[in-house]
Amino acid sequence: MSETTESTVRKAFPEAVLDASEIDGVLNLKLAANFLLDVCRLLYSHDDLSFDYLADITAIDWRDRIEVVYRLTNLATNAKVVLRVDLDRNDPQVESVSSVWKGAEWQEREVYDLMGVRFIGHPDLRRILLPEDWEGHPLRKDYVIPD
Amino acid sequence: MSSRIRTELVEINMGPQHPSTHGVLRLEVSLDGEVIVDLKPDVGYLHRGIEKLAEMRTYVQFIPITDRLDYLSSMLQNAAYVGAIEKLGQIEVPERAEYIRVIMMELNRIASHLIFYGAMGLDLGATTPFLYGMREREDILDLFEMTCGARLTYNYFRPGGVAADLPAGFYQKAKSYIKKQRERLAEYDDLLTNNQIFIARMRGVGVISAEEAINYSMSGPTLRGSGVAYDVRKADPYSVYDKLDWDVATRPEGDSLARYLVRMQEIRESLRIVEQALDIMPPGKLQYKTPLRLKLPEGEVYHHIESSRGDLGVYLVSDGSDKPYRLKWRAPSFINLGALSRLAKGWKIADLVAILGSFDIVLGEVDR
Repeated sequence: MSETTESTVRKAFPEAVLDASEIDGVLNLKLAANFLLDVCRLLYSHDDLSFDYLADITAIDWRDRIEVVYRLTNLATNAKVVLRVDLDRNDPQVESVSSVWKGAEWQEREVYDLMGVRFIGHPDLRRILLPEDWEGHPLRKDYVIPD
Repeated sequence: MSSRIRTELVEINMGPQHPSTHGVLRLEVSLDGEVIVDLKPDVGYLHRGIEKLAEMRTYVQFIPITDRLDYLSSMLQNAAYVGAIEKLGQIEVPERAEYIRVIMMELNRIASHLIFYGAMGLDLGATTPFLYGMREREDILDLFEMTCGARLTYNYFRPGGVAADLPAGFYQKAKSYIKKQRERLAEYDDLLTNNQIFIARMRGVGVISAEEAINYSMSGPTLRGSGVAYDVRKADPYSVYDKLDWDVATRPEGDSLARYLVRMQEIRESLRIVEQALDIMPPGKLQYKTPLRLKLPEGEVYHHIESSRGDLGVYLVSDGSDKPYRLKWRAPSFINLGALSRLAKGWKIADLVAILGSFDIVLGEVDR
C-alpha cells in the first residue's frame, strides 16, 4: 500500500518527493512545499488511495526551519500517510489544503496562531486560541513568555 | 410610501457566559428573525498553552496537566499521553495494568456520557435526567476515588503501568454498579430517549452526511452518528481492546438524535467491556520500574486513542532529553466544533442549543 502511495505521487509529480521514510510503519513523504496542494488533491481524489480523512495538521519549529506535518487516513482501509514540508522560518507560508478537506480550516488557523505559518488561500485565516491582538507565536522556540 | 417592510439581520452573542455553551464558548450568531444565517464560534477563553507547558516540564511532570484537558474523561487523557511515551520509549506494560487501564477508561467514558445525557436533557428543558445521570456517575467517581484518591483529576496512569493496584472490594463494588446501571438505563430511556418532546426537538435537527462529516475531520460519537463506524479502539487497537468482545455503536441518520443514541448505546457497550475485563483480568504484579526522570530516545511518535469525544491524538517529538521537544494534542472537541457552523446554518436559534448539546464538547479540551 505505502509503495503504491509513494509511486503514485512520484509518477504524477516527479519533483515533489524530496525524501521518503517509514516511521512506526507509516509512510512519511517529505515534499517540496510548492507541490503540497497538488499532492493533497491527488491523494484525496485518487480512486485507489482516496485519503478522505485529514486526521491532524501540526508544525514543529526546528530553529532553522518550520516543518508542517499533515496526517492523512483512508477511513475505509485504514491506510495512512504523513506529509511533511519544510518552510522558511522567517516567512513560513504554504498553500492551504482547506479546499480539499474542510477540517483543515480550524487546524490551519491553530497552526497560524501558535506557530505563525501563513496558509495561502485559507478563507478565514485569523488567530483562533489567542486574542487577535496577541503578539508573537508561542510555540516558536525563541518566543519569550510575557510576565 | 412603500408597503414593504425592511428587515435586517440581527447579530447576537451567545456566551461566553451562557448555560447552553457548556463552558466559556462564545458564538457570534447572525439571525434573520429566528433563523441562523451565519455562525462563528469564538474559542480560546480557557487556553492555557499546554503544548508550551509540556516543553518546560519533564515527561512525568506533564501527566497531571493532561487531566485538565478533557476534564470529564481525565483517565483517557492520561492514557493517550502515557501511551505515546510508552510507544516511543518501548516501555512494556504488565498485562494486569492494561486491564486495569481499560476498566478505568471505559468507566470514565460512561461517566462522561452520563454527564452528556443529563446536560442534553437540561439544554432542552428537562431537569430530571441530569439528576439521574449525576446519581449514577457518583458511583463511578466513588470507584475512582477508592482506586487513586481523586474524583476528577486522577493522575493515575504511569509510563509502564498505573499508580496503584485496584483496592480491596473494587471488584464487588464495580460488579454491583454494572448491574444497577443496566437497570437504570431503562429508566433513562423512559425519561428522555422515548420522550416525545425530546424526540421532536432532536430528530432531523442539524443533519450532516457521512461524507461531509469525514471531510470536516469529525470523530467520535459525532461521526458515528452519521453512520461511519470509525472507532480507534477497532481501527488501531491499543491496550487489550482486541481481547474483549464489544461492538462499535453507529446510527445512520446524522442528526442530533442519532448522536445522542450513539452515546446511549456506547454506555451499554462500555459496561460490557468493563464486565469482561473484571472477569478475565489476570492476577500479578503491577510494578513499574520507570524512572521519574525519564529520557526518551530521539525521534517521534503519534499515538491515538478513542476518548469519550473521539479520536484523541498525541504527537510527541523527542530530542533525547527528559522533556518533550514538541507535543501536539489533537483534541477531538476542537475539530468537531469546527463543523458546528455548517450544521447550525438554516436552523432556528432554539435548535442551536440542541445541535451544540449533541456535539458534547468540553472547553478544557477545545482551548487546551
